[in-house]
Amino acid sequence: MTPPLIELRHIGKSFSAVRALEDVSLTIGRGEIHCLAGENGSGKSTLIKVISGVWQPDQGELLIDGQKMEGMTPRAAIQHGVQVIYQDFSLFGNLSVAENLALSMELQEGRKLVSWRRIRSIAQEAIRKLGVDLDLDALVETLPTAGKQLVAIARALMSDPRLLIMDEPTTALTGREVEALFRVVRDIQSRGIAVLFVSHKMREMLEISERLTVIRSGRVVAAGPISEFDEAAITRAMTGQEIAAEGYRWEGTAGGTPLLEVSGLTIPGQLEDVSLRVMPGEIVGVSGLLGSGRTELALALFGMKHGYQGQVRIDGREVRLDSVQRAIEHGIAYVPEDRLTEGLFLTQTIDRNMLATSYARLSKGGIIQRARAAREAAGMIREMAIATPTGDRPVTQLSGGNAQRVVIGRWLLNDPRLLILNGPTVGVDVGSKAGIHRKIRELARTRGLGVLMISDDLPELVDNCNRIIVLHRGRLVSDTPTEATSEAALSEQLGALA
Amino acid sequence: MSALANALRRHPEMMVAAVLVLAVVVIGTINPVFWQPSNLFSLMRASVITGILALAVLLVMLSGGIDVSFPAFAIAAMYLTVKAMIAWGFDGVLLPFAMATAIGVGLGLVNAVFVYYLRMIPLIVTLGTGTAVRGFILGVVGTSQINIDQMPPLLINFARGEFFHVTQADGSTAGLSSMVLVYAGIALLVHLMLRYTMMGRSIYALGGGEEAARRVGFNVRRTTFFIYGLAGALAGFAGLLHGAMIWTANPRDMVGLELDVIAAVVLGGASIFGGRGTVIGTVLGVLTLVVITNSLIILGVDTTWQRVVVGLIVIAATAATAWRDRKRIA
Repeated sequence: MTPPLIELRHIGKSFSAVRALEDVSLTIGRGEIHCLAGENGSGKSTLIKVISGVWQPDQGELLIDGQKMEGMTPRAAIQHGVQVIYQDFSLFGNLSVAENLALSMELQEGRKLVSWRRIRSIAQEAIRKLGVDLDLDALVETLPTAGKQLVAIARALMSDPRLLIMDEPTTALTGREVEALFRVVRDIQSRGIAVLFVSHKMREMLEISERLTVIRSGRVVAAGPISEFDEAAITRAMTGQEIAAEGYRWEGTAGGTPLLEVSGLTIPGQLEDVSLRVMPGEIVGVSGLLGSGRTELALALFGMKHGYQGQVRIDGREVRLDSVQRAIEHGIAYVPEDRLTEGLFLTQTIDRNMLATSYARLSKGGIIQRARAAREAAGMIREMAIATPTGDRPVTQLSGGNAQRVVIGRWLLNDPRLLILNGPTVGVDVGSKAGIHRKIRELARTRGLGVLMISDDLPELVDNCNRIIVLHRGRLVSDTPTEATSEAALSEQLGALA
Repeated sequence: MSALANALRRHPEMMVAAVLVLAVVVIGTINPVFWQPSNLFSLMRASVITGILALAVLLVMLSGGIDVSFPAFAIAAMYLTVKAMIAWGFDGVLLPFAMATAIGVGLGLVNAVFVYYLRMIPLIVTLGTGTAVRGFILGVVGTSQINIDQMPPLLINFARGEFFHVTQADGSTAGLSSMVLVYAGIALLVHLMLRYTMMGRSIYALGGGEEAARRVGFNVRRTTFFIYGLAGALAGFAGLLHGAMIWTANPRDMVGLELDVIAAVVLGGASIFGGRGTVIGTVLGVLTLVVITNSLIILGVDTTWQRVVVGLIVIAATAATAWRDRKRIA
């Protein structure tokens, strides 16, 4: 019997006092698609780095083809056919696709001089192997995320790897791009290359992988063929707790005044005659493909599209949302999709991030009332259950889920009426995600907050919204109560639009 | 709009070429004296020192850093070399240039140590080393200017060489300084190095992302030391050449020159964020800056306005590259 491609036996790894991995055993067979699941901080990245030779384990052994590896280095790992595609792809945005593809091979061959003709032929060979079409002269930074990923995959495949490790490859992809990626992954597999797919998205794991290993706090907590798992089992393994999906049902009176009523909203080339309403306490989901106009809708309501046509009413009164200032005055809060660049002041503390929109309210005669500000920030940290000992820590120390709570908490300090969430849990792990969902529902229920939830994550919409709107090419194509639809139906609807 | 941005990203020298042509046409139309060979030759001569220093800055800027220490290094290399020549009674060309270049390399490597091992921001490092080196020269080596009567004659003679003569309309002859050839040779070598050696590509890769460069297998330490060593070498060489061309070794020279040089490099399409820029663009950027600032006189503009013009060029060029390099917002 041939030995497995890679075998980890009782691997342990510590960083000073922290045990990152403990007694981890894992086997990856030839040509197998193996999924490694775990929440942020579970030890996934450490494990990848052990396999790829970046770090040496303190205990246990690593076998490739049944041979014990001593003193693995990244170079040795590459020579044994282990290639890693990192989440950031490690590409050079300022260089052409061709050069990005050829550089590592040129380096491996120890070349000192550059022949642009050879770079081209290496690159052509690389994209031919992957069977995709890419403009070799384009600068990588001009490609969309999915294109960059293809470049990274093509580059990894050039050195004839036997194991391709993909770290969170679907994070920034749309549904269709994920499907395209899966086709590529299956194609890679059909050539006998094993793939270690690192993820925390259950649906993807269930769809693509053959075997699954779940780690939590540095230990393997579940492992086996994918057929032995379902979503609930994976979630349980990843979080160590039962997170049941229960739908949100708004029990308001249908006859009341809508909190938000939009009619005939039009922005030439972006939105076309969109009408919708949100009642107090209602959570309305907004879905649609990229370019459907969903982000434009959010921006228009947040006063960032001042040339819009059509009517917006809040509590029955017509308002003109032609500046962010105005939108905030009317109680509209917006949590952007890319909270790292648009939502947070990364060099500042948690407190200051939390209070960013409250300083005007918290000052008297131009002087900030420090004690009151500190009290409010501390109160909100508690209310949002943000995991930090004090608010004077840098906001960058927080995990994705906690950082998102800071952004939401910031708006809650101003008592908003309508909360617009764009991709509220992108890049947030399962446990934290459930916490954020719980909080949003609680706010809707107890404060009568209206919520517009824009998301690619269909289960998120189905679980949390009582109505789901679908936009396509700037038009509203459906507005359905959640009871009357399902994830499968939505997915089919979106698929048909694509 | 984005097609234009893309084209500029691929060919950063297009923009500066257009600016140069525009400047030349406007200036030449206002005052046809501009077209006289003596004026054109003097502009080319005037771009030699700024040009060689700009190549040094280009290297550092490509890797994602910025260098403000090079005028100090250039002056240190020049002053030490000329002082040594006088002290030892030595006259010549090759050996002094080798010495000045070596001094430049040594100082450049000091920058590299701080940047690589202490992970310091290049701007701060070079601000510190530049100031310290200037202080050291003035405090320890000397403050007095060495004039033509004391300058080594062979060195002066070398820098006076001309290789191309034209008889002008008024009967006078104008000659093009051979130093333009020296500059062209250096520019060609740096161009070939950047474009056709793995070391050159590693500089671009470093500017694209240090972590990514490491992961692909570049030796980031070697590249960093090469960049600052070569930048120092170019500065040292340019320093001595500068002294030879103006027949003076003044330890207080080149103050404030860093802004002009950085302006020229940015004007040439290099990105202050690293990873983007070419030798051709830089050479054109230097020429454009020299043409514009030196033509203020023949345009009848007071020379005190020169600094205003340089400042505006920095702002305009940086704004243009920032527009080109802006991230697309989804």
